[in-house]
Amino acid sequence: MNYRGPYRVRADHKPYPEIQHPNDAIVRVTRSCICGSDLHLYHGLVPDTRVGMTFGHEFIGIVEAIGSSVEKLKVGDNVLVPFNISCGSCAFCRQELYGNCHESNPSATAVGGIFGYSHTAGGYDGGQAEFVRVPYADVGPTIIPADMDPDDAVLLTDVVPTGYQAAEMGGIQKGDTVVVFGAGPVGIMAARCAWLFGAGRVIIIDHIDYRLEFAKNYAKCEAYNFRSLEDPVLFLKKTTDWLGADVCIDAVGCEAAGNTLQTITGRKLLLQAGSATALHWAINSVKKGGIVSIVGVYGPTDNLIPIGNVVNKGLTIRANQASVKRLLPRLIDHVQSGRLNPKGIITHRVPLEEVSDAYHIFSSKIDNCIKTILIPPSARN
Amino acid sequence: MENEIIEKKESLEDINSDIVGWGVDADPENDPTYPMKKRTNEEHQGYSWDRPPQQPINIEILHSNERPNVSATFGTSSPLSGVSGEIRRYAFKYSENDNRHWLGLLLADRVNVVEGIVDDLSKGHIPNYFAERGWKAGMKHHPEEIVKKILVTALVTTVVVSWFFSSSGSKKPKLGKLLKR
Ligand SMILES: NC(=O)c1ccc[n+]([C@@H]2O[C@H](COP(=O)([O-])OP(=O)(O)OC[C@H]3O[C@@H](n4cnc5c(N)ncnc54)[C@H](O)[C@@H]3O)[C@@H](O)[C@H]2O)c1
Ligand SMILES: [Zn+2]
Ligand SMILES: [Zn+2]
Repeated sequence: MNYRGPYRVRADHKPYPEIQHPNDAIVRVTRSCICGSDLHLYHGLVPDTRVGMTFGHEFIGIVEAIGSSVEKLKVGDNVLVPFNISCGSCAFCRQELYGNCHESNPSATAVGGIFGYSHTAGGYDGGQAEFVRVPYADVGPTIIPADMDPDDAVLLTDVVPTGYQAAEMGGIQKGDTVVVFGAGPVGIMAARCAWLFGAGRVIIIDHIDYRLEFAKNYAKCEAYNFRSLEDPVLFLKKTTDWLGADVCIDAVGCEAAGNTLQTITGRKLLLQAGSATALHWAINSVKKGGIVSIVGVYGPTDNLIPIGNVVNKGLTIRANQASVKRLLPRLIDHVQSGRLNPKGIITHRVPLEEVSDAYHIFSSKIDNCIKTILIPPSARN
Repeated sequence: MENEIIEKKESLEDINSDIVGWGVDADPENDPTYPMKKRTNEEHQGYSWDRPPQQPINIEILHSNERPNVSATFGTSSPLSGVSGEIRRYAFKYSENDNRHWLGLLLADRVNVVEGIVDDLSKGHIPNYFAERGWKAGMKHHPEEIVKKILVTALVTTVVVSWFFSSSGSKKPKLGKLLKR
């Protein structure tokens, strides 16, 4: 795929990627996904998104070539590739902060390298392609267990670890009431994983009915449409005996709807780094001393949030890009033991050549779309 | 009191017995949880770890001025070019803390879109807006939205094109020069 400008992408021929570092691998992609994060690029909100770039940070594939220092992979291996590019040797990687690597992104110190995610995240072409260059091949890529469905594997590159980490960062204790803002793939997975940590009640908030309905069934949680609540924060206070939720999770990020001022200043005029409506609601709906966990993505400038309430309520805010590699062993076990069913959220399987239509459908939230996977021609036979 | 708590715990498990895996990862000791959990403070030693080998820097790579170097690996998608490239170079004079950095990059992105169209045309490729925007799928699932979008696009294009042709001669060479770079 080839980005041409906001809301414009197309399938195109590009040169075959080359090994550029001794620890690189070239992977022939067998499946990739479109993520809510890609929409921030697609909508032109991420600075330094250059025309000609290939997006895609959620992909699996077969190792096609390896650099001279690669030891853990061989040609022909079937691998899932975490969305973060991590060197494994910097101080941050060594603390398992694989989403915060210091040796994979020259352009910004605030974010590690991410496949296909603008030059602000390193300028790497991504996996919505037939072939992709994978740096640090000995660190990120993980061999897919033979008995694992590739549809499950591709969701382990981002959605499952991100949803899981959202719940983990919430520090959920048994019996806690957890509110998840956003019923996209990430929010749905966060709601599902909140139960693994022993939540007593899980509530999901969105404004798209088909997604709420899906979340209710898939994650076995309560689901509410904020458009039918006069004030979602007031509703959440009332339903938690007027005290607020123990944990609130922001799985929406910078394209939140629901507040005109936020939408105009954040999404239309770009006076803020996107609209912070969901985060605003999360801060105001959590109890005193509670925890707000943020996985929704925001731009690098500023956002309007009620920071005074964070102080006065004594809140803890935890946030990060998911550290995929750190979580994989536990999550592979959850999938293999049947506790998690990632592929259950896939609603669309689209040939890579129809990438423009796939983006339009996912972005417009039509056709009951939850999660879309793209399949390159070579993987279709 | 203790019994009460135990009872409560049991009932929680009962209530959630239909949820596969309920509570399997519950851990009262998990505090502070990630990202603080594995803190080792080794960064107190400074930027002193054994760096991975450096990927050869054979194209122009802009690096944040909040770091001393180019990271050991980097991506090589869409190298700097044209007017947008100039704007990006300018933006990288400022730190990530400075809005001139990010707003400059956003401006460059918009200019880059025009460069992309010129590049397409120069290769004899007329960008198919309808297809690139996925409006084929759009027409199937929400045709009224797409028709609205097409009308708005047509209106904006008409206004821009008529401004371009009606504006005084002095503006045309300027724009032409901008597009050529
Ligand atoms: N931190 C990470 O590692 C990481 C990884 C993947 C995705 N993300 C981010 O997570 C977010 C969600 O991703 P996704 O794939 O689920 O995206 P998505 O676009 O499919 O889902 C977002 C959902 O939020 C809903 N929404 C909008 N405004 C809302 C509001 N005010 N309150 C509640 N819901 C609202 C939308 O209707 C939509 O259903 C994105 O910002 C994405 O960039 C972060
Ligand atoms: Zn993603
Ligand atoms: Zn690192």
